[in-house]
Amino acid sequence: MSQQTQQPVKYDADDRGYFGETWGGRFMPEALVAALDELTVAWQDAMADAAFVSEFERVLRDYAGTPSRLYHAERLSAQVGARVLLKREDLNHTGAHKIRNVMGQALLTKRMGKSRVIAETGAGQHGVASATAAAYFDLDCTVYMGAVDTRRQALNVARMQLLGAKVVPVESGSATLKDAINEAMRDWVASVDHTAYLFGTAAGPHPFPSMVRDFCRGIGDEARQQCLDQYGVLPDAVAACVGGGSNAIGLFTAFLEDEGVEIHGFEPGGDGVETGRHAATIHAGEAGVLHGARTYVLQDEDGQTVESHSISAGLDYPGVGPQHSWLAALGRATYTPVTDAQAMEAMALLSRTEGIIPAIETAHAVYGALDVARRLGEEKGPAATVIINLSGRGDKDMGTAIEWFGLGDADGEAEPVIATAPGEEA
Amino acid sequence: MPSTSTAFAKARAEGRSALIGYLPAGFPSVEGSITAMRAMVEAGCDVIEIGLPYSDPVMDGPTIQAAAQQALEAGVRTKDVLRVVEAVAATGVPTLVMTYWNPVERYGVERWAADLAAAGGAGMITPDITPDHGSAWVAAADAHDLDKVFLVAPSSTDERVAMTASASRGFVYAAAVMGVTGARDASSDLAGPLVRRVRASGDIPVAVGIGVSNGDQAAEVASFADGVIVGSAFVRTLLDHPGDETAGIAALRALTTDLAEGVRRGAR
Ligand SMILES: Cc1ncc(COP(=O)(O)O)c(C=O)c1O
Repeated sequence: MSQQTQQPVKYDADDRGYFGETWGGRFMPEALVAALDELTVAWQDAMADAAFVSEFERVLRDYAGTPSRLYHAERLSAQVGARVLLKREDLNHTGAHKIRNVMGQALLTKRMGKSRVIAETGAGQHGVASATAAAYFDLDCTVYMGAVDTRRQALNVARMQLLGAKVVPVESGSATLKDAINEAMRDWVASVDHTAYLFGTAAGPHPFPSMVRDFCRGIGDEARQQCLDQYGVLPDAVAACVGGGSNAIGLFTAFLEDEGVEIHGFEPGGDGVETGRHAATIHAGEAGVLHGARTYVLQDEDGQTVESHSISAGLDYPGVGPQHSWLAALGRATYTPVTDAQAMEAMALLSRTEGIIPAIETAHAVYGALDVARRLGEEKGPAATVIINLSGRGDKDMGTAIEWFGLGDADGEAEPVIATAPGEEA
Repeated sequence: MPSTSTAFAKARAEGRSALIGYLPAGFPSVEGSITAMRAMVEAGCDVIEIGLPYSDPVMDGPTIQAAAQQALEAGVRTKDVLRVVEAVAATGVPTLVMTYWNPVERYGVERWAADLAAAGGAGMITPDITPDHGSAWVAAADAHDLDKVFLVAPSSTDERVAMTASASRGFVYAAAVMGVTGARDASSDLAGPLVRRVRASGDIPVAVGIGVSNGDQAAEVASFADGVIVGSAFVRTLLDHPGDETAGIAALRALTTDLAEGVRRGAR
């Protein structure tokens, strides 16, 4: 983390956690307020403590492998007519940006003298990262995971167990990510004196949206400097996928005040927003309160949360971080849905043109960003520059890819059906 | 509808605590929930809390979650909750809605307060908003002369206990344990000190909830609190008699009688 971390952010929350007076806040049971207040003070003290900040930097560097590279994807660039730069968070330890958030929160947990961490997880990525951080810092770890997801992601369940975490399947509600969050909150109400809740994304009650952003913002701070160092310019646009919004806000924060830089978030469009089977919360949701924050929520007429749908479990969430709602309302960032099919097309494209298999979450950003790059290339020529946050690698998604593309049968008659470049198809 | 404080005044005049019973609206059905709550009033509940079933009830344990989910799956709507309020308030006991915040925000807080008052509701209990993040509700409740029941917890600082007590009207809901709703075998030793802390900051009644499931526990809590709140035990009673309304209601009456005796035995 650089000097910039200490500067106030123009788009930041007020001291009660409201972004633009409306979004965010803390709609929580009184029982958890003392813990959230304690966490807020501890986080603010830690961020102002040079020793904490340098220890966090050291752990990320030596253990997680940051700063991640900013890589010029030349073949992809040639295809779209603009310079495409990939921020290689997929090369971090555990294979995603999520390690930054958990190492920050676990280090803070140690500083607060707590001995146990809990976490929720959808696909298992945040659960694996949390179990990893717990092993590294010698903390007890319990991960709540929707029962539907534990069956879909058995490999990640095994990873967490091997790392020493206890995985609790959640059967309540829709038995997916949102219910895992509910169950983790229920645990926390009863265990708060010795337990920290490692929240997996930049959502939830204050201070989580701001704290998770602080732990992830190294992505953008690094990318901005790397872009200046390597190419002598700021990018014309930056792009990331948006589930709860941690990798996106982690990239965006460094560029918020560079008014000339377009900021693009890509939301999971599922089967298409018009089908109702999607998780495009900002694009198609309405303002409401979910998991402690006012933000865009997929909800019905009565304010009941509606189940979301996405091929990517890590984006399959009916809420979104409140700072993204604020950036959307301000018009500072644009949020656009990308369907399952488009994301899978981009997954194949990046694999074949660059030899990089992205997570399906990430593939949403790749698809959307290439559209932006094509437009910018036409407007400004081939030096137009787009940074895509390559938030994670796709190993965890091979099961889905096998089904989607018909892969894995070496003796089979049928060639897997994989598209070429988006837009190049008939 | 008079403030819930009238029920506390009446109980106090009788030298006992008030019994406050909770059930979710629409469980086991909209009509069934009205019948059940009326039976609870007849058998001795002084105040009724009507739960608004919500998809993401973070403060509820498995029992209330199951009932709320059943109600939602059967299609209960916010407007049905108001119908239940109207029917139960007609018995004359103060009737409150207990709800998570988003359904209210969605309905429109001002419109909600107006419709709740028109249905005869006494006010609302809000488990996931605190006074410092609940100004919209405070304003609407004040405009419509409704009770605002906020919660305090064993973890609340003295400063927050005082802030919450002064923002509440009707009574203050003291959560007896650090944890979600659900019956517990042992009674909590955290509740007594918490009640004393609320008392130190004003003379609004204090009711204790979470974990109470029988007359003996009610008597124990009644020895130090102005009200005893019972939820999961009522819900469990109905869950244990699926499809048999007569048996369910009979069991509900028996439980209410036991609890009503308890709050009288525990007289201070
Ligand atoms: C690789 C990757 N990218 C993105 C996400 C989405 O989370 P967020 O929106 O918080 O970055 C996930 C979540 O599991 C993920 O694994």
